[in-house]
Amino acid sequence: MKNILLFLLVACLVQWGFAQPQTGDLLIKNGTVITVTGADLPGTDVLIQKGKITRIAKNIAAPTGVKVVDATGQFVMPGIIDAHSHIAIDAVNEATSPVTAEVWTGDVIDPYAIEIYHALAGGVTAVHAMHGSANVIGGQCQTLKLRYGQMDPKDLIMEGAPRTIKFALGENPMRVHGTGSGIHPSTRMGVEFVIREALSQARNYATAWTTYREKVKRDPKAAPPAYNERMETLAAILKGDIIIHCHSYRADEILMLMNVCKDFGIKKLCFQHVNEGYKVAPELAAFGAGASVFSDWWAYKFEVYYSTSYNAAILTRNGVVTSINSDDAELIRHLYHEAAKTQRYGGLTDNEALRLITINPATQLGIEKRVGSIEVGKEGDIAIFSHHPLSVYAVPQMTIVDGVVRFDIHTDPADMRLEVDPKEKITPTLFREGDQDRCMQDTEFIRQ
Amino acid sequence: MKKTLSLALAALWLVGGLQAQMPKARNGVFAIKNATLITVTQDTIVGNLVIRNGLIADMGAAAAIPADAEVIDGTGKFVYPGLIDGGTLIGLQELRSIDLTQDFEEVGDISPQMQALTAVNPNSALIPVNRAGGVTTALTVPSGSLFPGTAALINLHGYTPEQMYAGFKIVVIEFPSTGRNGRFDRRSEEDIQKDADKKVKQINDLWDEVTLYAKIDSAHKAGKGEAPAYRPDLAALVPVVKGEASLLVEVNAASDILNALKWIKEKKVKAVLTGVAEGWRVAKAIADSGVPVITGPVLSLPTRDSDRYDRPYANAGAMKAAGVTVAIRSSQAENVRNLAFNAGFAAAYGLGTQGALEAVTIVPARIFGVDKQIGSLEKGKVATLFIADGDPFESKTQVTHVFIGGWLMPDDNRQLGLYREFLERDPGLKK
Repeated sequence: MKNILLFLLVACLVQWGFAQPQTGDLLIKNGTVITVTGADLPGTDVLIQKGKITRIAKNIAAPTGVKVVDATGQFVMPGIIDAHSHIAIDAVNEATSPVTAEVWTGDVIDPYAIEIYHALAGGVTAVHAMHGSANVIGGQCQTLKLRYGQMDPKDLIMEGAPRTIKFALGENPMRVHGTGSGIHPSTRMGVEFVIREALSQARNYATAWTTYREKVKRDPKAAPPAYNERMETLAAILKGDIIIHCHSYRADEILMLMNVCKDFGIKKLCFQHVNEGYKVAPELAAFGAGASVFSDWWAYKFEVYYSTSYNAAILTRNGVVTSINSDDAELIRHLYHEAAKTQRYGGLTDNEALRLITINPATQLGIEKRVGSIEVGKEGDIAIFSHHPLSVYAVPQMTIVDGVVRFDIHTDPADMRLEVDPKEKITPTLFREGDQDRCMQDTEFIRQ
Repeated sequence: MKKTLSLALAALWLVGGLQAQMPKARNGVFAIKNATLITVTQDTIVGNLVIRNGLIADMGAAAAIPADAEVIDGTGKFVYPGLIDGGTLIGLQELRSIDLTQDFEEVGDISPQMQALTAVNPNSALIPVNRAGGVTTALTVPSGSLFPGTAALINLHGYTPEQMYAGFKIVVIEFPSTGRNGRFDRRSEEDIQKDADKKVKQINDLWDEVTLYAKIDSAHKAGKGEAPAYRPDLAALVPVVKGEASLLVEVNAASDILNALKWIKEKKVKAVLTGVAEGWRVAKAIADSGVPVITGPVLSLPTRDSDRYDRPYANAGAMKAAGVTVAIRSSQAENVRNLAFNAGFAAAYGLGTQGALEAVTIVPARIFGVDKQIGSLEKGKVATLFIADGDPFESKTQVTHVFIGGWLMPDDNRQLGLYREFLERDPGLKK
């Protein structure tokens, strides 16, 4: 009986142990360490212990039991961070209202998605799993760490990462709600109105609760206002507890949202896509808004016809904290190459280009103290490349999350699925351009 | 007199100003001096390259620089033949989400007579943006049905489709597919198979019809019997059925590739395979058939979740290693410029730099039967080439000059223009 109890206790502990995000120890020897926030360090070792970087130096002796990776001739950089992704979630758009601040992508994490492994094989260690762009104020998003192999959805959540929410301007919400359902917005005027209306209601909601909390001190029988999850979320934006990440393209709508934010005292703002950001780069810099852009996507709709692949370079040189994102399960596999395109289009330096996929997206997600560079005390999220990561000949060799090797080109089998349906007949999927873009997933019922 | 002079000066200034705003291509005599000439088909040489009358008039270490030539210093730079994209929809699409700007897909299943060249928009804003990366020539391809039309090889410069035409057309077939058409194709496996079977029957019936049409037509031309009925769809396929013209076969899934090869053999069709996403699975069968392949995009996802993550990158290299003739396509309209990067990835994953370079120059030129004119740097060939400060597959490399048919392209396109205007916007924050 005692034994059974002990067994159950151990089993529970094991279970509890597995339910935690795993961390590991690793010594990466003799690579060219691209720290991003400091100088490049040739022939240098990086020691990771219990998931954290504990030493960066030459000739570190491996502590007992720590696995050693030989990176001689290779390039060791911080794990790539994608500030705009829809991988690892199995729903993207709650396209039922122009405002759906109450929903959260953290509720639909799919740890089995093979896309996670594909991203790891491109050196990506963290993604911002975003709600889609169907609604003016969409759902809350979640920053994930790509701990592929851990089956509990919550183990992919980057614990402690700041809350974020998706906003969307322009054609997508206009089409879904205006054209689709005949409600606001059907123009960019309507988009502004929807935001101002929602934030005004939230301000009133917050005031009602503040008033109630004061009142209840004197009158214990005072009636509270009705609880509303949507308003709670919007009120948290007004309080500065949630970072807005806003899908946007045109200069006019970018300026509009900055004006709205100023009126409501909102400071935490990052624009997504922001293809015409280059036109209002001085305004973005003055506001302190981030810009998370594509390297070269354009002409897929009218609002991106006047785009330029020099966008990231113009924004960077104007002092805007800029990142390059994927928004796409294919593109996410070569963000290092997307960042490199800023050298052809605008001549960014190696360091400026690499910041676009490391420390800058980390800053935009509010996790820059933890990841995005190789520094002692930061989390052990690392990507190792065969050549300099900005070379087209660079092949990712190994990707490490919290000190745990999640991708290894030399030892991983070809088939890395975590879940295999034995009854599945194999039908190849043939992708056409734009198929992988999931920003508007779950809105087909409206689009058809 | 003074007034006339100042008026003339003003007019000159105006013309100059307009020219500055709208730079045009120029032709003439050019000499690229002391550059590394990447010939592709022969050894790399350091020397001069002279362009006259649209042709490479002379090249090599001993090539003299003519007195009338505009000299471009090529010291430390590299000259490459223009890149040829083996499959695009450039000129046929301006905006991906707006049907009214799309001219690649006609109504109906069988319309091989539809001519891509007719619908190419020479003034598309996409063209100058994309040739800036060294892509000078592209096959622009109709799509979206069983026989969507006739593709055309075009140079990315010219004011009419005729001026752009690069001398090759090819009828397209989208071979019946047993694969899923993207993530949102939710047909059952049975329905996918049924649809494919139906299309195979359609093709075979059509082939019988074309054969009969050709017989009637030949007899009529020989003075026997009446002319056949007006059937432009069948007429467009007659040269294909007779084996006089080749057929571009879009096919991707492994089993479909094998079926296509079998069909090509049965019908004795002169074919070019394109797409060929799962070519690596059946590379030997393709090699044995001798049918050339235009594959891509290289930057794409594995067709099966169970496949190794880098299969699409490695596909071109695997096929070439098995003995297949491989060219590369971008499958793009707005980002045909990424052909170079698709080639770069193929190079890194098994094709090698030389193999990848051939796959976007001389190999497609041979497939399209224009290798006497373009696809390599050789004396007497058309001066369709570019100058770069490094390997054109590397993102860091700048392409500095692009020549198409001896015309030097203007150093301008919309995206570059926006960069020049907005890098240091004036007025900035305060007006």
